[in-house]
Amino acid sequence: MAERSFAREVQDLRLGAGEEFRGEGILAVTKALLQSGVGYVAGYQGAPISHLMDVLSDAQGILGELGVHFETSASEAAAASTLAASVMYPIRGAVTWKSTAGTNVACDALSNLASGGVTGGALIIIGEDYGEGSSIMQERTHAFAMKSQMWLLDPRPNLESIVRAVEDGFQLSEVSNTPVMLEMRIRACHVHGSFIAKDNRPPPFTVQQALENPARDVNRIVLPPASFMHEQDKVKRRWPAAVKFIKERGLNETMPGDVEELGIILQGGMYNGVIRALQLLGLADVWGSTRIPLHVLNVTYPLVDDDLAAFCRGKQAVLMVEEGQPEFIEQALHAILRKAGVSTVLSGKDVLPMAGEYTALVLLDGIRAFVAAQMPSLLAEVRTPPDPRPVLADAKVQALAGVVPPRPPSFCTGCPERPIFSAMSLVEKELGSHHIACDIGCHLFSINPPFNLGSTTMGYGLGPSSAAAFQVKAEKRPIAVMGDGGFWHNGLLSGVGNAVFNKHDGVVVVVDNHYSAATGGQDILSSRADNASRSTKHPIEDAVRGVGATWVRRIDNTYSVAKMRDTLKEALTTNAEGPKIIIASSECMLNRQRRERPLFNAAVKRGARMVRPRFGVDEDVCTGDHACIRLSGCPSLSVKQSDDPLKEDPVAAIDNTCVGCGNCGEVAEAAVLCPSFYRADIVHNPTGWDRFAARLRGAVIGFLQRRRDSRRLALA
Amino acid sequence: MDLVSLANDRPICIAIMAMGGQGGGVLADWIVAMAEAQGWVAQSTSVPGVAQRTGATIYYVELIRPQRNHAPVLSLMPVPGDVDVVIAAELMEAGRAIQRGLVSPDRTTLIASSHRSYAVTEKAKPGDGTADPTQVLETAQAVSQRFVCADMQRLAEQSGSVISSSLFGALAGSGALPFARAAFEATIEASGVGVEASLKAFGAGFGAVQVPDRPAEPPAPAPAQATGGNPRDRAELARALRRIETEFPADAHDMLRVGLRRLVDYQDVAYAHEYLDRLAPLTALDVGADHTLTVEAAKQVAVAMAYDDVIRVADLKTRGSRFDRVRTEVVARADQIVDTTEFMHPRVQEICATLPARLGRAVEGSAFLTGLLRRLFEHGRRVRTTHVSGFLPLYVIAGLRRWRRSLLRHQREEAHIRAWLDLVAAQVPQDYRLAVELLKCRRLVKGYSDTHARGHSKFDKVMGATTMLAGRADAADWIRRLRDAALADEDGKMLDGALATVATL
Repeated sequence: MAERSFAREVQDLRLGAGEEFRGEGILAVTKALLQSGVGYVAGYQGAPISHLMDVLSDAQGILGELGVHFETSASEAAAASTLAASVMYPIRGAVTWKSTAGTNVACDALSNLASGGVTGGALIIIGEDYGEGSSIMQERTHAFAMKSQMWLLDPRPNLESIVRAVEDGFQLSEVSNTPVMLEMRIRACHVHGSFIAKDNRPPPFTVQQALENPARDVNRIVLPPASFMHEQDKVKRRWPAAVKFIKERGLNETMPGDVEELGIILQGGMYNGVIRALQLLGLADVWGSTRIPLHVLNVTYPLVDDDLAAFCRGKQAVLMVEEGQPEFIEQALHAILRKAGVSTVLSGKDVLPMAGEYTALVLLDGIRAFVAAQMPSLLAEVRTPPDPRPVLADAKVQALAGVVPPRPPSFCTGCPERPIFSAMSLVEKELGSHHIACDIGCHLFSINPPFNLGSTTMGYGLGPSSAAAFQVKAEKRPIAVMGDGGFWHNGLLSGVGNAVFNKHDGVVVVVDNHYSAATGGQDILSSRADNASRSTKHPIEDAVRGVGATWVRRIDNTYSVAKMRDTLKEALTTNAEGPKIIIASSECMLNRQRRERPLFNAAVKRGARMVRPRFGVDEDVCTGDHACIRLSGCPSLSVKQSDDPLKEDPVAAIDNTCVGCGNCGEVAEAAVLCPSFYRADIVHNPTGWDRFAARLRGAVIGFLQRRRDSRRLALA
Repeated sequence: MDLVSLANDRPICIAIMAMGGQGGGVLADWIVAMAEAQGWVAQSTSVPGVAQRTGATIYYVELIRPQRNHAPVLSLMPVPGDVDVVIAAELMEAGRAIQRGLVSPDRTTLIASSHRSYAVTEKAKPGDGTADPTQVLETAQAVSQRFVCADMQRLAEQSGSVISSSLFGALAGSGALPFARAAFEATIEASGVGVEASLKAFGAGFGAVQVPDRPAEPPAPAPAQATGGNPRDRAELARALRRIETEFPADAHDMLRVGLRRLVDYQDVAYAHEYLDRLAPLTALDVGADHTLTVEAAKQVAVAMAYDDVIRVADLKTRGSRFDRVRTEVVARADQIVDTTEFMHPRVQEICATLPARLGRAVEGSAFLTGLLRRLFEHGRRVRTTHVSGFLPLYVIAGLRRWRRSLLRHQREEAHIRAWLDLVAAQVPQDYRLAVELLKCRRLVKGYSDTHARGHSKFDKVMGATTMLAGRADAADWIRRLRDAALADEDGKMLDGALATVATL
């Protein structure tokens, strides 16, 4: 069950010709796939394309009606391999993942696919996770396109252009027998807009037909001598065919302007930002009219040399707006202009920064610098653009740096992973600090306060293998952490299998929260929920034992901090040989709440007796040392200023978002903290017996309390 | 080509600063839906990424009235200095918006919720690590065109809704968008989820931006009325109150009454007199204009004498007023039953400290006995105080209060207080400010078990520095610095660093 349901939005996928589709960019892509007669779709979830997978998952009914095969791949490599169905058969296929992390994983399959080439259109929808809010290393997908000779689309970030890019992408792929990547920047994935829909098309040739009529051609297989032929075919036939198609179909756009001495060439994805920057300089308006001519590269690879030369010819200077490094397009453009004998000045990374996201302000500064250098008179006529710098230079604003706290992402309220790291902190207090190899997933938040645990992260499912060099005799053992998502993605083999085979001595903690939680709570092999379309409930323990691990401990309640601590301690100190595998298993609280809360509320409404636990802190017992927070960091466990004039420091307080996971009590107990915590079990719809017993207890306790109160001298 | 003529239209730009899971997306969706329903073109974007997990995140919306069937080209991110409305779903996020340059004096209406959701770095400090809200409030006022601020979280909670509803109301009430109130409300109604509560919160938010927050209530007057106990105790208490008036300077009267109340509540009226006896010699030395020394001593000595022991915890946990407070805190309705479980973890140290002094020392000295006690008692206990079986043991322990003076813990605390106050008194004649700072260091001793021990050791270290510092003009400043360092981290690394510096002076 994914974090977000698209049950309602999925209905929009049924819209027919002429109807207006309104929604997120990523939903528009899904609709465009169906309009293009796609035969199969696969992918691996991850921001920013998780929603694409979730939408497809929720749309399985519609996909079934159209005869489209859909599957959630085990990894990006599996997704890329799926495109093999388009090698021999005229079937359109689409896969999706987060780039560049996912593209790295998929690379082997992609190289083979690109080498042999495709018959049916093969489209790879790349969620480019670059810039603000990105969770991964900052790299460009562009390099993959160049090295493997795949084409890269970077459409203008509006729904119409994105939908058109999907449709054109399939055709481009087919006419050039080359897989095509469609790059969607993170904001474009989430942009809300509209486009006029077309009817969905069932695939003209289905995977079922292909399966029943198999075909083969040795020349398409990557093995010498065919592989040498592929390279020649790429440059001699496929590349020119692609360039011809791009040119003829006008995939790149030229917007005229009256200042013909200048020009701007830009990636499609930069278009809205460039227009806004020009608008603020008085050189364009919000309806897209521009005074400086623009050449928009909706296809950023391959480039159409003569179109570019033609755009530049006769101009005094042209600015290349290319986000990210290195400046592949700008370098190519220099070569193109030189070969064509065009002497136009080419500006680019000289006025714009080499690295980092091209935010609105960066574009504004860069374009202004370009115009100021080439035609300062243009700027003289225009209004002064907004400038935040005077405000930012204000001493009061500068002083905010010492006040506004950083707010990095963290474990959610009630997260079952928090107690694992509370336990690890307690073990470190006892046994000293350890080398902790981290992985990708929610559990990586352990590197942030209050835990501050973990040294490296090498990739999804690579936690244990990134501790491989440390498998030597020493006073301490390395600890590696990996999530269940990473485990099934590749950690079982490169992590656990590798550790067993190489007789590693370290500790591997597999954080099993029953979902691929960080990407939005999708089901995986070991998920515990019933899933009509997938096979789940395959225990991680069986898998690790299956590859030869013998020291395996499964903890089915991570909230038991003491047990977690003792198990970790045992793993770090036991004489047993081989990797020590701890499977720490409790359901992701976000998903659990989403599942249980409606049921709970419905039961309460029905009148059933239901108990809801939550935690609290006795303000007068708390001394404000915050040791509990340093071992927890739960968002619902916070502090408040005390009304007691004798208390100088804020006291701990638990707010109403507490889900009663139990961690506070367990930590207080395991760490011997303080007796301020209490758990309150709130009994909804108590039974007659409950009420009777409560009255009886209340009578005894109340009597004793009143007795003592009356004797107690007090000053009020 | 002919001169391109450019239109002057510009979109309304709205940035929403929120924390993951706070409903910033819902707010953005509402704004978009409302604008579209009014025939406008709306574009929204967000960068959730990993920030969806409680991190700071930003949603961005642009709205424009369509023209001649042209599709507008709207930006996917805010241009610093060019944002019309900034909505901050928490006070520090308003500060962050300012730091990002999104708030400008000539353009921006800044709508902020004044409530605080503390960041981990703020709440994890052993002392008070919370950020100063006044700096953000003052800066927001200075750099925005209009600053609208109220506790939107509270307004939402009071209406049984979430903050997106009250913020939507505040946006409507601010008049920053060219849409009527009915258009906003129709959007909430069309959403179809929790409509009634959302509308209530919307109305509260709408109203709040028109009437600014009232200033905080003045603090309650210091206590002066005796209740409970027997007539003799009450007379003694009245005498103690009179002693405050006659023996101590007026500057300290309020704090002394607060201290008196704590100690009567903690032990008995005789203990309150002991408190005054203990303060008398310091007051005699106090020549300060504001009697800072006496005020500080009144506060710190009360805290020190009302040390947190097992008896105190049992007493606080078993009171009737506490049972009522729990019900309020967990928002239990009258027809619901609340069962309360306490998490206790008695250690041998606490058990020995609760024995009569000689016996306690004897047990502590015997490896056999401590081992036995450890096996028998030292494990986590969950006590259900709402059940008679759980309530009674704690009730009995609380009753040990009348013998508290004879217990080992008390003797140790007494000795500690005496040594501390002697040290303070010795400094008063030479360095008044140093003496005051030494009093304030009592704040370092807090917590239970290990945390308490750590606090004690930090306290001892800072006190120990007095011999190195006494006689220096900046001795008081150094003690203050050492105390701040001690409160900055748990392990005392900052303190050790600061002490190393002191040693080189």
